[in-house]
Amino acid sequence: MNFLYLTFLFPAIGFLLLATLRTRLSENVAAAIGVGSLGLSALTTVYVGIDFLNNVEQGGKYVQTLWSWMQVGDFDASFGLHLDGLSLTMLGVITGVGFFIHLFASWYMRGEAGYERFFSYMNLFVASMVLLVLGDNLALLYLGWEGVGLCSYLLIGFYYSDRANGEAAIKAFTVTRVGDVFMAIGIFIIFQQLGTLNIEEILVLAPQKWVEGDPMVVAASLMLLGGAVGKSAQLPLQTWLADAMAGPTPVSALIHAATMVTAGVYLIARTHTVFELAPDVLLLVGVVGAVTLLIAGFSALVQTDIKRVLAYSTMSQIGYMFLALGVSAWDAAIFHLMTHAFFKALLFLSAGAVIIACHHEQNIFKMGGLWKKIPFVYACFLVGGGALAAFPFLTVGFFSKDAILLQAYASGHTNLFWAGLVGALFTSIYTFRLIFIVFHGEEKTHAHAIHGISYWLPLGVLLVLSTFVGALIHQPLEGVLPEFTSPTLEESKHFVEILAIGTGLIGLALAFVFFWGERRIAKAIAESGLGRLLSPILRDGCGFDWLYSWLFVKPYLFIAAINRHDVIDKLFNLIPSLAKLGNSAMSVTENGRVRWYATSIALGAVLVLGAVLVLQVTFTH
Amino acid sequence: MTLSALILIPFFGGLLCWLSERLGAGVPRWIALISMFLVLAIGVNLWLTGDYTSIAGTGGLNWQVEEQYSWIPILGVSIHFGLDGLSLVMVLLTGLLGVVAVGCSWKEIKTNIGAFHMNLLWSLAGVLGVFLALDMMLFFFFWEMMLIPVYFLIALWGHSAHNGAVRVKAATKFFIYTQVGGLVMLVGILALVFVNFNATQQLSFDYETLLGAHKLMSSELQFALMMCFFIGFAVKLPIVPVHGWLPDAHAEAPTAGSVDLAGILLKTAGYGMLRFTLPFFPDASQEFANTAMLLGVVGIFYGAFLAFVQTDIKRLIAYTSISHMGFVLIGIYSGNLLTLQGLVIQMAAHGLCAGGLFILAGQIYERTGTRDMREMGGLWAKFTYLPPLLMFFAAALLGIPGTANFVGEFLILLGAFKVVPVITIIATASLVLAGVYSLILIHRTLFGQPASEQKYADLSLREISIVLSLALILLWVGFYPQPLLNVSVDAMTFIQQTYAPADVSVPLPIGGAASPVAP
Repeated sequence: MNFLYLTFLFPAIGFLLLATLRTRLSENVAAAIGVGSLGLSALTTVYVGIDFLNNVEQGGKYVQTLWSWMQVGDFDASFGLHLDGLSLTMLGVITGVGFFIHLFASWYMRGEAGYERFFSYMNLFVASMVLLVLGDNLALLYLGWEGVGLCSYLLIGFYYSDRANGEAAIKAFTVTRVGDVFMAIGIFIIFQQLGTLNIEEILVLAPQKWVEGDPMVVAASLMLLGGAVGKSAQLPLQTWLADAMAGPTPVSALIHAATMVTAGVYLIARTHTVFELAPDVLLLVGVVGAVTLLIAGFSALVQTDIKRVLAYSTMSQIGYMFLALGVSAWDAAIFHLMTHAFFKALLFLSAGAVIIACHHEQNIFKMGGLWKKIPFVYACFLVGGGALAAFPFLTVGFFSKDAILLQAYASGHTNLFWAGLVGALFTSIYTFRLIFIVFHGEEKTHAHAIHGISYWLPLGVLLVLSTFVGALIHQPLEGVLPEFTSPTLEESKHFVEILAIGTGLIGLALAFVFFWGERRIAKAIAESGLGRLLSPILRDGCGFDWLYSWLFVKPYLFIAAINRHDVIDKLFNLIPSLAKLGNSAMSVTENGRVRWYATSIALGAVLVLGAVLVLQVTFTH
Repeated sequence: MTLSALILIPFFGGLLCWLSERLGAGVPRWIALISMFLVLAIGVNLWLTGDYTSIAGTGGLNWQVEEQYSWIPILGVSIHFGLDGLSLVMVLLTGLLGVVAVGCSWKEIKTNIGAFHMNLLWSLAGVLGVFLALDMMLFFFFWEMMLIPVYFLIALWGHSAHNGAVRVKAATKFFIYTQVGGLVMLVGILALVFVNFNATQQLSFDYETLLGAHKLMSSELQFALMMCFFIGFAVKLPIVPVHGWLPDAHAEAPTAGSVDLAGILLKTAGYGMLRFTLPFFPDASQEFANTAMLLGVVGIFYGAFLAFVQTDIKRLIAYTSISHMGFVLIGIYSGNLLTLQGLVIQMAAHGLCAGGLFILAGQIYERTGTRDMREMGGLWAKFTYLPPLLMFFAAALLGIPGTANFVGEFLILLGAFKVVPVITIIATASLVLAGVYSLILIHRTLFGQPASEQKYADLSLREISIVLSLALILLWVGFYPQPLLNVSVDAMTFIQQTYAPADVSVPLPIGGAASPVAP
């Protein structure tokens, strides 16, 4: 476990090498550094993980303080790593899935300009993400938090020559930064109240300092939630994720599906004691998740871009995690986080393979019949999609989503349960819509076959993990997160399971009816009045972009534009203007004419005498 | 002699530069470079040999080195220098940015090289004097002395695209603004001395003597004198509404002048508020604190909005400076140890970051021949090393953790939240705007299709090493600020204790702080 620091050091070194050597590296060397650093990091994780599980009792922890980061008076934030079951799970997902995505990317990005730049960002991202989950205090967590945000910005804007990508990148950064501001305020509140930012101390001190529902704990948890919804693309800060698809596809897989966007879930789970002291906010977490999963699922139904479908499905799946957090199903949330990382990474990478096979085409309606050309990718998509739609028993997604639905039901928040169930129906429909349109039906493009180990190995591994095999992975969360308890847990098991399986199958059937073959019904709906009204709104994320544009962007630009020339500065220019005015007024009198001078002398004398007279009179009386 | 040497080296070095120009164009450059390296080396030596934490927590003054020479005894004026942790950080910053300023002018300045370096070094000598002077007359002398060389730097070696009239106008604007501020402060200094004289019959301009003077005056008078000092420093900081000189001065100054202005000259104002305004007038400053912090918040947003709409890359950076100085005001006037220590980091970080950005802007201008961002674009494709460096400094500008800027802002906000939660929340919200103006800078310069087919030379080793060294220091302080924090802790404890003796954490108005502890 002493080697824990290597998990972020390897990618950090990889970043430094790639960033300094830049174009001097050949593609192969760059790939070796970029992928190799992740491989070493993943190996370290395995070693540390085994060591941890063997030597630390359940619910225990291992702390490695590297150096004192900032110490002022009684404020002391160390650069310290904290390993427990939760962070080990996250670490495994980040380095493990991260490694395979890097490997895939070494194939996917080949031949692109800026190959080494791509891997330098990816490595920096992993280093930041590892610090995010290992940081033992909120300041260090915030470091990772902002670091991944920056890398996300850099990678969304990776294809710099198109300004639209840069705009998407700025949008993503700005929207998440709004969340970061909330989170920073939350950190300030916690420090002001508890006098520490160390997470472990916070978890101990919080119940001593606050009673349940104390306004300060409500404020603190609300602010943390603000940070979480920003990073995890939940309502109301979800608008950036769909545009973030402008980045290369492996980026979407790693950052915008498997790891970074789940940071919000991690944050809430990490500070669960604070949220438990504010039950209303915790419930709000669940409601946010439920509403997001419905809206995102609905939007996914009408997307035409293969990556945007997956982006909306990511929002919706994270919505499930939030829902789980909201009903205190902590383990289930983290379980779904892990399984989602597997199958969504698989889906995104397969989507990448599809895009490559179709010569960088992303519109699903220009694809079709691909299953013959790229059968392996088709299999990946089937398994990944099945997991996404929670296809019973065979896929990993079924186990995690079932756990969430069951615990939501058993917790008594039945509204959340029903929302989750309706969401499951949507999920099933849009997933199979995607598969039917892309892989079945008539061929519209000439796809070419794909080869290479760095292509099929990552897909293969993720494919296996997305089947029920993935569900066999045991997460060491006992003692770290409170266990879910409910008297009705056992009795509702079968009821929920049957409902969930039924919903999934109904979704599949509906997708078949709507989207198989000629898609007559779907087209009819789309061309009806209601369809024409709704589908553009849904496609653009339910009008949130429009709303925010009017609420924030336009006023911002307006204020900036009206003061373009710095009004205050211009006001100060009045002073020299006045001086010049006085100067010109005075210089008129100096015109060199004797007549004028004589008159002014006479007038002046009269004025002075008059003034003297007036004064005389006033003072004598 | 060490402290006098810190000032005399650039002074005589500058003189030598001027005289030696006839020996060859390179000679003044090397003399200037060596002089500034000497200053930096002395600074580092002072750092390594001094014990800046020797009186940790007691709140007294901790002069590590002190020098006093007789000057005008009849007026109670002496040449009195003293160096504590705060001065040391500023001296180090000046030495470092001095080296950088000389280095970045190596190719840019082609006319009157000797005179240029004389002006540059003299302005730095003046700044060093400001950071070391412990006699108010001496302080004022240096305060005024640093302006005149900067005036010439702008007026004579300024932006080559404009004709001389624009440059002279900007230089004059700068001069008049700061001169007026300086005069107001002079009134304050003299009045303070007379108050002290009336009460004690002792004429003295000495810093430590005057520290007790606020006890001898009415609170109205204290407030009035505090305002004199405040206005003097506020113009230099600068705070909105007296900021108008800064963008113009930056737009017209040569790169070294901008580095000098943003990196060091602005810091004299923050230093002055910490060293003089707060300890001289603690009660009046307390009374004024809310107004000052409000001005800070206004400045943060005003600068951020204006930075966003600029088309000239240097004006954009100039307005971000105004925005950042708002944080400095909040840090100073919320006055607990966290904010004050954060402030030290923030000032150093801003100096390095703005300096680096101005140098990069200069390098872009040298190659593309424009500073108008509308004519740029696609620079990612044009250079190997410039874009990532620009990206790094933009990230530092928006306060990414891992850079010194974050440490400064985070400590200031964390500390200020205990004192003024509402103002802190508003100031924190400005981080979004900081992101927007930093990224729009990147967006306009680096993204898009290249504006022209022309090939540009990449950065030379000299240029890379200058900018990279600034970047590395930002990173070092970002990840391990403790050495720097340790240097300033005694000085800041003193200021904090004179300003707000108990460091009482005011509970939040929403009432949670007083909530009972759960059994």
